[in-house]
Amino acid sequence: MSASAEATVLITHAVGLHARPSVKFTKLAKSFAAEVEVAVAANGPWFDAKSIVKVMAAKAPKGTMLHIRAKGDGAAQAVKALVDLVQRDFDEDADHARSA
Amino acid sequence: MRVEGIPASPGYAEGPLFDLEQPPTSYKARASAEEEKVALVSAIGKAVDRLAALVESADGDAAGILEFHIAMLEDDALSGPALAAIGSGQPADAAWRAALDGEIAGYEASDQDYFRARAADLRDIRDQVLRALSEAGEAAGPPGAILYGEDIAPTRFLETDWSEGGGIALKRGSTASHVAMLARSRGVPMVVGLGDEAQTLTGVALLDAERGGLIFSPSPAEIEAFRQSASSFADRRGAAKTFLAEPAVTKAGTAVRVQVNIAYPSDVDGIDIATCDGVGLMRTEFLFGKTLPDEETQYRAYRKVLEWAGDKPVTIRTVDAGGDKPVPGFTVEETNPFLGLRGIRLSLARRDIFRVQIRALLRAAIHGNLKVMFPMIAMPDEYAQAAALFAEEGVALAAQGVAHRLPPLGIMVEVPSVALAPEAFADVAFFSIGSNDLAQYVMAAARDNAAVAHLNTVRHPAVLRLIAAIAAFGRERHIPVSLCGDAGGDPSAIPALLEAGLRDLSVAPAQLAMAKAAIADVSV
Repeated sequence: MSASAEATVLITHAVGLHARPSVKFTKLAKSFAAEVEVAVAANGPWFDAKSIVKVMAAKAPKGTMLHIRAKGDGAAQAVKALVDLVQRDFDEDADHARSA
Repeated sequence: MRVEGIPASPGYAEGPLFDLEQPPTSYKARASAEEEKVALVSAIGKAVDRLAALVESADGDAAGILEFHIAMLEDDALSGPALAAIGSGQPADAAWRAALDGEIAGYEASDQDYFRARAADLRDIRDQVLRALSEAGEAAGPPGAILYGEDIAPTRFLETDWSEGGGIALKRGSTASHVAMLARSRGVPMVVGLGDEAQTLTGVALLDAERGGLIFSPSPAEIEAFRQSASSFADRRGAAKTFLAEPAVTKAGTAVRVQVNIAYPSDVDGIDIATCDGVGLMRTEFLFGKTLPDEETQYRAYRKVLEWAGDKPVTIRTVDAGGDKPVPGFTVEETNPFLGLRGIRLSLARRDIFRVQIRALLRAAIHGNLKVMFPMIAMPDEYAQAAALFAEEGVALAAQGVAHRLPPLGIMVEVPSVALAPEAFADVAFFSIGSNDLAQYVMAAARDNAAVAHLNTVRHPAVLRLIAAIAAFGRERHIPVSLCGDAGGDPSAIPALLEAGLRDLSVAPAQLAMAKAAIADVSV
């Protein structure tokens, strides 16, 4: 019996899940023990959220509903943390403010 | 022989052409599949090490790109298919190439510009590992060379020594690529989209990245004309730099406000807010692409620019679709679109769409110093109707408890009726002269028709007289007047505009420094 969690989040970042956000997204996913997957449609296909190659290959533009699911230790925390990251636009605005 | 392309980073370069597509040195096959696998894994490791070393000395944007390449290379999902192919008898180089070419094809097939542009990153990743596999680095181009080829890898750009000049000339490429972004920030001239003209790659070539062109085997006359353009560009850029950081002042000591025109929220990323007096025109047509934008998308775009500007003003123009800017599902087909349902006329005809934009603007207004203006106003009633919609939506947001603020509402002066009878508009918060459209309507010369381009000039006395009239009306009634057309950034038009009484111009970000330099030369 293992924990599992699932959520859906709208990508609002201007160019979607692109290079820099994908690095952040997969790094965060890797910080959890749970198995984490993403999909751009509710019925899949599901990709390993810890693989940047797979996440980039999803080519999710702005306006995509990103589905995130996790299984195992810390599944709920993993899904919540990843949803928060997407909702914060991957902290890209904060990065720009710092460099301005 | 001149080949035309698209400028991706302005400047001039004169130097030998260096072929980016020299065949890579060959790979020596190993004795067993096991050794092939080891060779590939260690080549990937070597490529990662080289990138990590480059990250040390890279700045923000460049470091972000390199970290993305490292993350891709370190992902087993990238090498997995290649290792499997080696297991079934392929040599490491062919296996890696085939695996990466598959990924590249996937990016090239994307319908999104951004993801298509990432194919260049994948090619870079592929070639770095191939290079490490063959254990012989690519021959570097001579100092000051113009690198010429299909496309160029970001690491290739970063490894090149640009201190002696040089430039980039690409048959394909994209102005949205990472390399184009880097070239602009480093001031390396770059032209893309030159096409497949077969040319001899020997001798000196001339790269004109201001207008966008590459001259092969130039004649002495071409070289001389090129050097004149290059030196004039260098003079303008050098002289302008000293003006950029300072407020604009004329020779007589008159202060002039200089704001910027932007078309995309991301435009502000490359601008230091300290170098301008705010945003004089933020276009919103970019939001109205393939699909009509929702309120949240618009709100975020406006908020980003407002927060960037701090307490400096940001003037956002409500959507100016129609004319030469059709939007599927919004604009209508007309025989004479410049005189038809465009700008505020269209917004008032499609209030469902207009109200979404109004709500987004009202909500964004709390994040900075927002001003909103309406395009193509011809009659006072149009302004009154648009202002009433702002008031209505403000009341609705208040009822829902949504934070918002009613910004000052102004109008564009581009239809001659407004410039001729401004007294009907004494209650607007400000005027912004759209000199491109004003000139087009006064001179009856379409902006998009090269055959009548000579008629379409702001410097005609008829146009200047109207500009002077609206400036005088604004002074008399204490209504601010600015100008946001192309003329504002044109050094040859700036003296006449200041003489007409304007003290507030809004220009393209790239023209900011040169506009300030031109202002300093005027004696009003």
